[in-house]
Amino acid sequence: MILSEKHQMMRNLFRQFAETEFTSELLDELEETGEFNRAMHDKMAQYGFHGVKIPVEYGGQGGDSLAYVLMIEEFARVSPVLSIYANTSNSLGSGPLLFCGTEEQKQKYLVPVAKGEKILVFALTEPGAGSDAGGTLTTAVEDGDYFVLNGRKTFISGAPFADYAVIYARTDPSQKGSKGISMFLVDMKLPGVSCGKPEHKMGIIGYPTSDIILEDVRVHKSDLLGPLHKGFATAMKTLDGGRLGMAAQALGIAQGCLDESIRYAKERKQFGKPIAKFQAISFMIADMATEIEAARQLIYSTAVRKDAGDPESSKLCAMCKLFAAEMGNRVAYKAVQIHGGYGYIKEYKVERFYRDARITSIYEGTSQVQQMVISGNLLK
Amino acid sequence: MKCIVCVKQVPDTSGKVAVKPDGTMDRSKMAAITNPDDLNAVEAALTLKDHQSDVKVVVVSMGPPPAARMLRELLAMGCDEAVLISGREFGGSDTFATSQILAAAIQHMGLERDDVIFCGRQAIDGDTAQVGPQIAEKLGIPQVTYAAEIQKTGDTLTVRRMLEDGYMTIQVQTPCLITCIKELNTPRYQTVRGILECDQKPYQVYDYETLKDEPLIEPDTIGLKGSPTNVYKSFSPPVKGAGQMLEGSGRETVDQLFGILAEKHII
Repeated sequence: MILSEKHQMMRNLFRQFAETEFTSELLDELEETGEFNRAMHDKMAQYGFHGVKIPVEYGGQGGDSLAYVLMIEEFARVSPVLSIYANTSNSLGSGPLLFCGTEEQKQKYLVPVAKGEKILVFALTEPGAGSDAGGTLTTAVEDGDYFVLNGRKTFISGAPFADYAVIYARTDPSQKGSKGISMFLVDMKLPGVSCGKPEHKMGIIGYPTSDIILEDVRVHKSDLLGPLHKGFATAMKTLDGGRLGMAAQALGIAQGCLDESIRYAKERKQFGKPIAKFQAISFMIADMATEIEAARQLIYSTAVRKDAGDPESSKLCAMCKLFAAEMGNRVAYKAVQIHGGYGYIKEYKVERFYRDARITSIYEGTSQVQQMVISGNLLK
Repeated sequence: MKCIVCVKQVPDTSGKVAVKPDGTMDRSKMAAITNPDDLNAVEAALTLKDHQSDVKVVVVSMGPPPAARMLRELLAMGCDEAVLISGREFGGSDTFATSQILAAAIQHMGLERDDVIFCGRQAIDGDTAQVGPQIAEKLGIPQVTYAAEIQKTGDTLTVRRMLEDGYMTIQVQTPCLITCIKELNTPRYQTVRGILECDQKPYQVYDYETLKDEPLIEPDTIGLKGSPTNVYKSFSPPVKGAGQMLEGSGRETVDQLFGILAEKHII
């Protein structure tokens, strides 16, 4: 796919920003402290990156899905964790609000999120409800003008520093599975809301993830998001867009791995010549580049088809996530292999890429869930 | 007030310089970028606009039609209007002829009492630093070069110049021309919204027809014919070997340095 001039300009902008601002000092600091870097969040806010895909009338930049995937790809190419900084607000955070928020909710929550003034996270997963999100046990019971929420959400990226969370809770216990679930906009400062200890993760270090615990949290009815008992459909719709973003993240990681591998293979000498001269290495590089390009074309075209309202976009987004995440892992494996022992050392970029790549086939739907979505669409 | 910013699209010389057999630079083989110092000039104008709502920033460039892309990028950065000066008659201009044409274009758009012209100090392809000062001379306005700090109060600009051996702070009245250096500021990035909306901003092309009646435009003051200088040859300077850094300040480091110098028979 040939990018339009505007999308080329955007890609250049994202690339320039990432290459200039995501310094190795910053990346090392994130890795060492594991903490959220507010200054980088604010810098991204200054350029509207948190609202790239959010309409201008809600404080965003008015870009399309292709602009969003280009941003995630270019950011992840330099720093997979920093690509997440600009991701949530454009996908899982804003998605439910854009799909079914009232005008008042959009003004109250979406506008500050798009501008990066507030952070909104998406809380669907529970200790016993991962791939089977229909197993949600968190409850919301009506009490006058409020709903009272109780339960525990787990592996919530960004929870420790979030201002708001979209919480999925069962409002109708008589309904089973994905039915009877509703969405709520929950202020993280409300009494009864607390966070667990940040998890020690393999990768994506520098964007803390924790549980959200809800104990008799009173949420006003005006913060019920979308129709009562029908939150699950919105969750699935939101995840489509999120999957596209995560596919772009895997693509960016793979491209970063390829860049590093090419550089290293030209520099590293063994048996009297650069290892790039050996077919075993050069063919690995050829395979990596080919798979990356295949993923890129699939992701870019899906972004355009999704915005055009293609009825197959849900399946296509799952295909993007499945293919790109598995591809990203294969490419990261080869990148470490090309680097040999050095690839196993933390000073080398591919060591971090390898760990960061691993999550892409797990979060926002495992590869197996994507296979369920794809096959479910084909075998209806 | 208007801030007119003169910008140039240049080949990216941070990589290898491609040279044609005749010794001139092969621009088609090199990536085109906005001249780095000119981005500091754009940022200076946009900073004034940030602080003063009635400021209009107009970017002007002389070059072939592909320079339009650069101008759109500058509109996406926040500039309000763009003018591309392009025509066969202008081709082959050296700094003398270029400044003649740019000055004519500025006269054509009208230089008012409170306007400021910003230029980069110099372009990375020619490194002459002549165009900005020549524009000021031809327009008969004051100029301040090597600006490292600019403050505006009313129609007075206080500019801190950075010179080789120190600083010089001077005040100047508008209209005036300032040449900017990289120490002045950090240019901002474009925004996605800026990219999406840059086509809606005023964009004009000045060709020979547009400017031919300006007093500065004569057949022998523009283009190759109006250029007293010609490039004889351009080449990539020989690549310097990578240096070796020794860290530390103790005796051990000095000993190490002596060891290296002795090994190379320098001492």
